[in-house]
Amino acid sequence: MSQPVLKIENLHVAIEGKEIVKGFDLEIHGGEIHAIMGPNGTGKSTLASALMGHPKYEITEGKVTFLGQDLLEMEVDERARAGMFLAMQYPSEIAGVTNSDFLRTAINARRGEGNEIPLMKFIKKLDEKMALLDMGEEFATRYLNEGFSGGEKKRNEILQLMMLEPKLAILDEIDSGLDIDALKVVAKGVNAMRSPEFSCLIITHYQRLLNYITPDKVHVMMQGRIVKSGGPELAERLEAEGYDGLKKELGIEEEEGTVEQEA
Amino acid sequence: MATEMKNLHYDTSYLENFSGRRGEPDWFLDLRKKGLELAQTLPLPKPEKTRIIGWNFTQFEHELPTRTVDAVADLPENVRSLIGQGEQSGNLLVLHNGSTAYATLSEDLKAKGVIFTDLATALRDHGDLVKKYYFSKAAKLDAHKLTALNAALVNSGLFLYVPKNVDIEVPLQAVFWLDHDNGGLINHVIIATEANSSVTYVENYLSTTNSGQAVANIITEVYVGENARVQFGGVEYLSSDVTTFINRRGYVGRDGNLQWALGQMNDGDLITETYSELAGDGSSVDTKAVSIGRGTQKQNFVNRIKHYGKNSTSNMLIHGVQREEAQAIFNGITKIEHGASKSDGEQTQRVLMLSSKARGDANPILLIDEDDVVAGHAASVGRIDPIQLYYLMSRGIPKNEAERLIIHGFLEPVVSQLPIEGVKEQLAAVIEGKVQ
Repeated sequence: MSQPVLKIENLHVAIEGKEIVKGFDLEIHGGEIHAIMGPNGTGKSTLASALMGHPKYEITEGKVTFLGQDLLEMEVDERARAGMFLAMQYPSEIAGVTNSDFLRTAINARRGEGNEIPLMKFIKKLDEKMALLDMGEEFATRYLNEGFSGGEKKRNEILQLMMLEPKLAILDEIDSGLDIDALKVVAKGVNAMRSPEFSCLIITHYQRLLNYITPDKVHVMMQGRIVKSGGPELAERLEAEGYDGLKKELGIEEEEGTVEQEA
Repeated sequence: MATEMKNLHYDTSYLENFSGRRGEPDWFLDLRKKGLELAQTLPLPKPEKTRIIGWNFTQFEHELPTRTVDAVADLPENVRSLIGQGEQSGNLLVLHNGSTAYATLSEDLKAKGVIFTDLATALRDHGDLVKKYYFSKAAKLDAHKLTALNAALVNSGLFLYVPKNVDIEVPLQAVFWLDHDNGGLINHVIIATEANSSVTYVENYLSTTNSGQAVANIITEVYVGENARVQFGGVEYLSSDVTTFINRRGYVGRDGNLQWALGQMNDGDLITETYSELAGDGSSVDTKAVSIGRGTQKQNFVNRIKHYGKNSTSNMLIHGVQREEAQAIFNGITKIEHGASKSDGEQTQRVLMLSSKARGDANPILLIDEDDVVAGHAASVGRIDPIQLYYLMSRGIPKNEAERLIIHGFLEPVVSQLPIEGVKEQLAAVIEGKVQ
């Protein structure tokens, strides 16, 4: 098998001195879609934020290799330019910066000086992707996420994903707070990206999204690490039995009641 | 007072010679003399929370070399780049070190009785008209040492007069360009509009040297006649070696409307006040200003509005960015006098700091001596949000570029509302220059 896109070995992540992710291992190869499921507070979103380089999270141990490079040595923007994308659970609002200016700046940051995307090409691509995501034209000129509803923010995250064409997308609870129609739109966007050059890590609490995006592998995360891995059938089993059945099977004690930090 | 500032190098006979060479009327020379006398005795202004003792307001060269050009194309690129609409509309005045380098006014406006010329020329050709406005209702000569100094040593200026019922649709532009190390730009601008007139005026301050100790002392008087409308746009870009005092004062008559739109992008130490007096019933003023502080510059911004007229309305929107080790105080003062019933005064001041060494302070002050009014204020001072930076960087945007976007975004609500398209573009370009 080829070199993995992402390889995580024994990762430990702490926030404000408290360890949340405790010895996490994962390998994702080109073209694969992985799902990480688990109850609230088990470190799923912490993992996602730590991989992107969120300033609040501290990696205390472990190794992450992204496309052959030491990810943990890279700045946030370098990780993004290398091809990583995180669709965030709580995207920031940036007043006064239009969505389209922001996207063009981000695309050009990746393409580099002297290789900027021609304006007409950019507009065409933006129109096309917005149409696919059922986003009105006004989203191009609205300020970045400012005053967006929860669903609009999620859609905007997927728009960015489609415009930036990363090699690895991490979707952090992209399905939370979405109605079924919005969920289908988001899934349509992700499915449109599927190719051997695109890998995806879907972090979710519910199985629902996986009805629309079929994962290659499903992992269950509890107490800061993966406790079980399987195929799409694992997600279906969790939907039917809930997490309690799995806890019993694995002999996992009740969670300590850690509340996951919001990014 | 002797410890406050170094003594002036000028005396009465110097003023007589200087004034005589310029062919100024006697009343003007008298005001120079009065100014000189008061400049020796009056104290410096006392801007709140900014210590200006030791700032250089008095040591400069007063008579500066100037040159004229035949066409805009002959001006240096950094001056030319500021000239947009003024050139297109054919109404442009460029002053180089205080004297006219280039001037043009359309025949149409001349025929309507519009006067748009440098102060020295206006004093010669329209002395009585200038006298009516110069240090009249809007500005006081004896406010403090710096206003007196302006009267004594004024060596640059502009006079714009719009007669009754004249609507000027195209903007008029003035560029005050200083390019002399240790030069003193002692500037006095008068904009006088009669009843039912309207005008859009855009001015630029630019200095193109940066190796001396220059001084800018600027007083601007804007008279808005009854039911007249003045849109005043200003973009200042004086370099770090210029110590600057700017006092802009508007006097608004009945049902008059004054709009200030200012980009205060200077790099040197600065004290500035933009004052509007809503004298007439139904008068209104709208003040919008943005600024960026950087390096180690210290700045003090006062925006002051006084409501005298009934049903008078004021709006103030001030956004300032502080980078590096810059320090700035923003004071917004809205005063509603007794009798100014049904008036409405609103103000918002916001300061964004980009580094831990930058300092900014916003003080909103409402002083209300009348019951039947509406007034409100908002002020905030904050640092750049690290989570916003993270978000932008997570899309591949480098940190400095992300900061640039956030600054543009922070200033955008003011910039986008500037009434004059040309100023908006010009300001965007100047902001770009200051955030890189």
